[in-house]
Amino acid sequence: MKESSREQSAERVQLCTTINGVEVACEVDAAESLMDLVRGRGLTGTHSGCEHGVCGACTVLVDDRPVRACIVLAAQVQGRTVETIESVGGPDDPSRLQRAFSACSGLQCGFCTPGFIMLATGLLRENPCPSEHEIVEAVSSNLCRCTGYASIVQSIASVVEADPDAGAPARPPSRERTHEA
Amino acid sequence: MKAPPISYAAAESVEEAVALLTEHGDDAKVLAGGQSLLPMLNLRLAQPGVLVDIGRIEELRHSGVTEEGGRLCGSLTTHRELEMGAVPSLGDVAVLRTAASHIGHLPIRTQGTIGGSIAHADSASEWCVLALALDAVIHVRGTGGARRMPAESFFHGFFSTALEPDEIITGIEFPVTGSSSANFEEYARRSGDFAIVASAVALDLREGRCESARIALGGVAGAPIRLPEVERLAEGHRFAGPDDEAVRELAHACAEAIDPPSDVHASSTYRKRLTEVLVSRAVAGCLRHDDSEGGRR
Repeated sequence: MKESSREQSAERVQLCTTINGVEVACEVDAAESLMDLVRGRGLTGTHSGCEHGVCGACTVLVDDRPVRACIVLAAQVQGRTVETIESVGGPDDPSRLQRAFSACSGLQCGFCTPGFIMLATGLLRENPCPSEHEIVEAVSSNLCRCTGYASIVQSIASVVEADPDAGAPARPPSRERTHEA
Repeated sequence: MKAPPISYAAAESVEEAVALLTEHGDDAKVLAGGQSLLPMLNLRLAQPGVLVDIGRIEELRHSGVTEEGGRLCGSLTTHRELEMGAVPSLGDVAVLRTAASHIGHLPIRTQGTIGGSIAHADSASEWCVLALALDAVIHVRGTGGARRMPAESFFHGFFSTALEPDEIITGIEFPVTGSSSANFEEYARRSGDFAIVASAVALDLREGRCESARIALGGVAGAPIRLPEVERLAEGHRFAGPDDEAVRELAHACAEAIDPPSDVHASSTYRKRLTEVLVSRAVAGCLRHDDSEGGRR
């Protein structure tokens, strides 16, 4: 074993991670969720819904893959790359998916929408041309109590149809370091 | 709710994880992907003092082939990797992909791990049921060194396994069974829910004759179970095809052999009925694979 000796358990954890392209070094509570970490940094577009991994409102991307931030500890994203809805686009520069959700009425009250956008962004990054079945299967992950889902599926499908070869929106340039595969 | 205050340590190696578990004993809980453990913490169903995070141990991501030719999959392999057939040493085994596709939802499958599922030992867990049917071997390491346990002796009962408090799962080995055809079926009311009943069947078929059978069920008892008495009924039988009456009889025998619990999700009677339907589909699926692949896998 190295001179640093064995890891000691502690209630506070030193964390280095990349959030929306910015390297972050901070100390967190061991019990703090990734959801509370990003919300505590002002990134409140990640919504807090059920807090036990059922509703999907807090979906973010970690190393390009969608995860539920309420059931991932902040400490688990050490050295990894986190993306929240704020990195995808805002009112002045919405992403294609966000424009599609707007155009196809893929949202009503909007509470679940950031989670759906992150889920769909992750889905399209892995598979730029999902079938309708694959889209339906993926969005079954998140709860929406307004739309009835048809318009959400249509929103995602419209991005695929509009430009099937364009692939998913690229992630913002990270300032440094990518996590090993 | 949010998780209660807790202590945390990230192990960088299996040895370090084992040392931490030895130090903290029953107060420690192993954190892999966290997709079962963290909801339990947030709901205060579990309140360990220390989390030992094994998520950074690179060795546990490795997959390969054992000396006996078994296909070994690192315990940190995610459900999604298995669903996408992205573990080279496992090859393209359809039943692994099928079972993985039933687990939770996409964001659960990207984070949750096969080792975590097996250690958690939920009776309805896809991996636990499949591990039984495929005669998987669970590789573990603890203070006493490494040992390999057949899945059949690993699951002891309600969320309990043969793992000692200082042991972690390092990998899951799927033996190569030459003429085996396997299939997985489950029923859940909504996509992503826990299965009410899950069934995995593996048949060793030679020109339609069943040399041996392994039938595993989930959701019908405190732990995932095998049905050895029913399996013996299948042995030696020459199935005429997926529609053979013997398929239905075998499935019926499975339903007769169990005494599942009733709960808010389903009655005992309904679980027995589901067992009959799902085993029947799983066996028919095996026979269909066998047909289309000339009996070889």
